[in-house]
Amino acid sequence: MHDFTIASARAALRAKKVSAQELTEAHLDAIAALNPRLNALITVMPETARAQAAAADAALARGEAHALSGIPLAIKDLFCTGGVRTTAASRILEPFVPPYESTVTANLLRAGAVFLGKANLDEFAMGSSNMTSAFGPVTNPWTRRGDNRALVPGGSSGGSAAAVAARLALGATGTDTGGSIRQPASFCGIVGIKPTYGRCSRWGIVAFASSLDQAGPFARTVEDCAILLGAMAGHDPKDSTSADVPVPDFAAACTRGVKGLRIGVPREYRSDGMAPEIEALWQQGIAWLREQGAEIIDVSLPHTKYALATYYIVAPAEASSNLARYDGVRFGLRKDGEDLDQLYENTRAAGFGAEVRRRIMIGTYVLSAGYYDAYYLRAQKVRALILRDFTEAFRHCDALLTPTAPSAAFGQGEKMDDPVTMYLNDVFTVPANMAGIPGLSVPAGLDAQGLPLGLQVLGKPFDEETVFAVGAAIERAAAFNVLPAIRAGA
Amino acid sequence: MSLDPATVRRIARLARIRLDDAEVPPLQTELNGILGWIEQLNEVNVEGVEPLTGGAQMALKMRADEVTDGNIRDAVLANAPDRAGDYFAVPKVVE
Repeated sequence: MHDFTIASARAALRAKKVSAQELTEAHLDAIAALNPRLNALITVMPETARAQAAAADAALARGEAHALSGIPLAIKDLFCTGGVRTTAASRILEPFVPPYESTVTANLLRAGAVFLGKANLDEFAMGSSNMTSAFGPVTNPWTRRGDNRALVPGGSSGGSAAAVAARLALGATGTDTGGSIRQPASFCGIVGIKPTYGRCSRWGIVAFASSLDQAGPFARTVEDCAILLGAMAGHDPKDSTSADVPVPDFAAACTRGVKGLRIGVPREYRSDGMAPEIEALWQQGIAWLREQGAEIIDVSLPHTKYALATYYIVAPAEASSNLARYDGVRFGLRKDGEDLDQLYENTRAAGFGAEVRRRIMIGTYVLSAGYYDAYYLRAQKVRALILRDFTEAFRHCDALLTPTAPSAAFGQGEKMDDPVTMYLNDVFTVPANMAGIPGLSVPAGLDAQGLPLGLQVLGKPFDEETVFAVGAAIERAAAFNVLPAIRAGA
Repeated sequence: MSLDPATVRRIARLARIRLDDAEVPPLQTELNGILGWIEQLNEVNVEGVEPLTGGAQMALKMRADEVTDGNIRDAVLANAPDRAGDYFAVPKVVE
């Protein structure tokens, strides 16, 4: 039951070999057994899930099979779900029960999906380890060989990635502002894609940095990610940055192959001090694509080294503005004060965790009078140069191949000494957010300690199909079939 | 440039986040660490480059200027920490 993929579960449901209710119960049992250990879900929704599964079974019995009828999913707790507590992993939203449904989750429900629960994350999606959650850290289902110490699942969508890797759900939603889907996918040995900015509506997703935030799926295969993205994506008049472009058949693109494709290898990603096993995996990925008929091209993205610093101006600036809404007046936490200003200050000091407070303060500073031009405006100009680099590179190639992250999963509590050390996790993923292009992480191998490592495929804007084609080609060649130590059915 | 304690307090005030005195020195160190690392952007020649403000390489769509939502007072007020009738309640602002 736990070895289904979305594609195989869908076939079994349609062939009546399994019911949606059986599939849902099996996953709820797995959550009951393993979530106390993993802390992947903040809220479990057994009643809702059972009702949705019953409705899916009724629809399937009537011969009405939708794209995700009866498929149990976990939803990152950054997506507003109507009538279900939504936390953003922050105390400041305690309590908040949205009276509306985000567009992406509404699309998934319309496609027949079953929601098992709301997945843990870094507070307001700010982090690369899931250590900043007000609801406690998530444990990665993988452990180092001969070492039981708990590792992080990556972040910010750490609960989503851990839930899918440990087989608590067949797929999950995530959001990616600087790598928050791709880095946890790499750390947990699963597939995740951040689509092109504008592919999925941001309406009803708790905002972090609006010009960078983008929703996307996690699953255990490239094809499953393609199926999920097809259901999540689409134009939404309620999000003015949502793209009014057709949603292609992403799943069909997975079988295209890479023969004749030109794959760019950006030389600037080969940083000094890159771990030898990351470098070796990257070379292996290049060889796999070459063997399958792709042409490998050396390309240059000269502003790569500045992407992360640019991000840490742009994202906090947008966050400081977006998070101004948490004022203790209209929803969420309130800590009273003698006047309105004290109420604001007390509420925000009590409600925001340390990393969120730091980013709001950096954002406030770089936008403040006298510093705006030196920091924020300069960062926006460097961002334009980063986009120009990609536009130029894509004149010579169809997709890019890079490592997803500079390391495998690290231990809970590691890299916490200073903020910048943690930020460096996103060095390979942030440039795609700055440029708005799609990026996918696919598991490609293990490091010396037995932990999964991902390769990243970057594509042209709105060409997720090529990204899926290349990702599926790597998946076939890698034949990655190692399973994490902690998983349902183990 | 490096932030002094008074500037850290001023930023916190602008951001409406209460800071206890003991929180200032560690925050000062962390913020200076981040800002010092960001200084590398000064190496980049941005002469004549237009700033990129958004993530989408497309023109924003226009829509008809008409009301498409509303009359959901109870939904709007449903999560209020404090309310007085159909209003959000806050401490006295005007004497």
